[in-house]
Amino acid sequence: MSSLVLVGISHHRAPVELRERAALDRERAAALARQLAGETSEAVCLSTCNRTELYLADESAEEAERKAEAALLALEAELGPALYRLRDEAAALHLFRVAAGLDSMVPGEGEILGQVRAAFEAGSTGRVLDRLFREALRAGRKARSETAIGESPASTSSAAAALAEQVFGDLHSRLILLIGAGKVGELAARNFLSRGAEIAFVANRTVDRAAELSERFGGTALPLDRVEEQLVRADVVLSSTSAPGWILDREAVARVVPARRGRPLFLIDLAVPRDLDPAIHELDGCYLYDIDDLEAVVAETLAGRRREAERAEAIVAAESERFREWQAALDVVPAIASLRARAEEIRAAELRRAKLNDAERRAAESVTAAVLNKLLHLPTIRMKEAAAAADGVIYADAVRHLFGLEDER
Amino acid sequence: MAELLFWPALLAYGEAAVAYFGEARRPGLAGRLATWGVRIGWLVQTALLALQAARADGFPWSTWAGSLNLFVWLVVGAYLIWGCQARYRLLGLAVLPLAAVLLALAHAGGGTDVGEKSGYSNLFLVLHVGLVLAAFAGFTLAAALSALYLWQERRLKRREATILRVRAPALARLDELAARTTAVALPALTLGIAVGIARLRDRGGGFDALMAVTLLTWAVYGSYLALRFAAGLRGRRAAYVLLAGFVLVAIVRLALPVTHFS
Repeated sequence: MSSLVLVGISHHRAPVELRERAALDRERAAALARQLAGETSEAVCLSTCNRTELYLADESAEEAERKAEAALLALEAELGPALYRLRDEAAALHLFRVAAGLDSMVPGEGEILGQVRAAFEAGSTGRVLDRLFREALRAGRKARSETAIGESPASTSSAAAALAEQVFGDLHSRLILLIGAGKVGELAARNFLSRGAEIAFVANRTVDRAAELSERFGGTALPLDRVEEQLVRADVVLSSTSAPGWILDREAVARVVPARRGRPLFLIDLAVPRDLDPAIHELDGCYLYDIDDLEAVVAETLAGRRREAERAEAIVAAESERFREWQAALDVVPAIASLRARAEEIRAAELRRAKLNDAERRAAESVTAAVLNKLLHLPTIRMKEAAAAADGVIYADAVRHLFGLEDER
Repeated sequence: MAELLFWPALLAYGEAAVAYFGEARRPGLAGRLATWGVRIGWLVQTALLALQAARADGFPWSTWAGSLNLFVWLVVGAYLIWGCQARYRLLGLAVLPLAAVLLALAHAGGGTDVGEKSGYSNLFLVLHVGLVLAAFAGFTLAAALSALYLWQERRLKRREATILRVRAPALARLDELAARTTAVALPALTLGIAVGIARLRDRGGGFDALMAVTLLTWAVYGSYLALRFAAGLRGRRAAYVLLAGFVLVAIVRLALPVTHFS
């Protein structure tokens, strides 16, 4: 029977300097899986920024583990202390948790499910790993659809966009005024763009840098002193400059509010020291969130994810148990098949020896087949039950010994 | 027979109200149960109204309690049009408890009985009462949307860290939807009042408190729409105006006798 083996490293025990040396792109991961699988076993290599894991199914667990370890150490000799090794049920449960995002740095993160699917498709799978990965993907989808583990934002940028959606609903065609052309603002702007918003203006101390950004994302480049005049048109203000004082104060925004005719204005201040006067938040229709506010929202949503993770763990455990039962049944299925084949062989031989006319033969065939089925029905059920309860191997060996089936293994 | 229909309708609305509280705490199954409660309750109440219409001598909802029964049906019907969408489910927290309480009140006042008699012409009452009640149902929904707006706005202003855990509809959507509902309800109220005035001129009759408050209600909602389109009245102030209008609707529906019908 094939044993399931997992050897790998992950963010739990390996720092990024180590993980990056063991990270493989899709082609190299596929090549490694093919090399490890050889002609008789199965292998999948799952390599992401947080983990590199080798899943093998082989007749000999020890041999598979040795091969996987050697392959990983060949990538980076210093991996040794960070390696973990799991077998059978534990290995399956681990993959199910990975697919559900329960083993990720941010619980419930969505990317991992696609990465598991890609690894599966690039792997060299047979009966065991094919079933394992299909079930793991199913468990991952189920955990996400039946819990809210992946619903809340996990970064300040995505929290800012999610909060803007609480003000405007759909962000499609909402206009962004980006103040500051640095990386932080750009990252936050990307989150808004991915939700359909448009960058209308990029304001920066040096207009050249603003023009560079507006060339990539669209919009008009402005110097900082022209920000106020464009506030009337903007729906969202994203500010992240390194200016020592306010870029926008309460009075400046208050002057613009009447011209906005009640349209809400959502302002995000990602700068430290802050760019936007906190008193802007007091104005009717203006909502200002700074970096601390966003981090508080993220902390809350992460806590929510952790609560949901408990529910997701139960789903994953149940799905993993289903796989364990299937895998355990593999122990007894050959024994059951051999037992039935031996019984059928004896029945056929005895019927051949008997001197019967056609009518008698038909009747005898029918009766003996019924007797055989009834006789073997209960042992078959019991063996499958025993397999699910982890006694399968003992029962299977006992049946093989009692009925002389050893040669058919 | 009416009892057989009233209690399931009330139970379904009650179940939906409780389930909406559950949905607010943990979104998911409770929301679906609430939606089905609303649908089933409304269908059963429709059957009740149909039974009342079939067995009545004249317009069956001319009494205070009867019109309340019809009013609840209109409110829940209007809510069903878009309220069962996932993003507006929290609105059910405001609408369904109100519907359950008002239906129970209508029952206590005999408004769910069958075989009612009415001395008024059917066409007049259908037009007058029907249009006014439909308008009031719309105003009730607009008030629920405004209440939800103020709650959501308060959470944003307080920068509540839990705001993304229990997600309410977006401010802009709530504001827009309340305005649209009012824009549909106000013409209905205008027509209902016009029919009433026509009948008043035709048959004579005095000007009573109910008419005065109804006209004041019309003026409030009319001003709201005029200010919205002319001066850009939106957001928190607009929500307060709609809630003020709803106070008048509540006075008309609950505090004043239906004097010119009795």
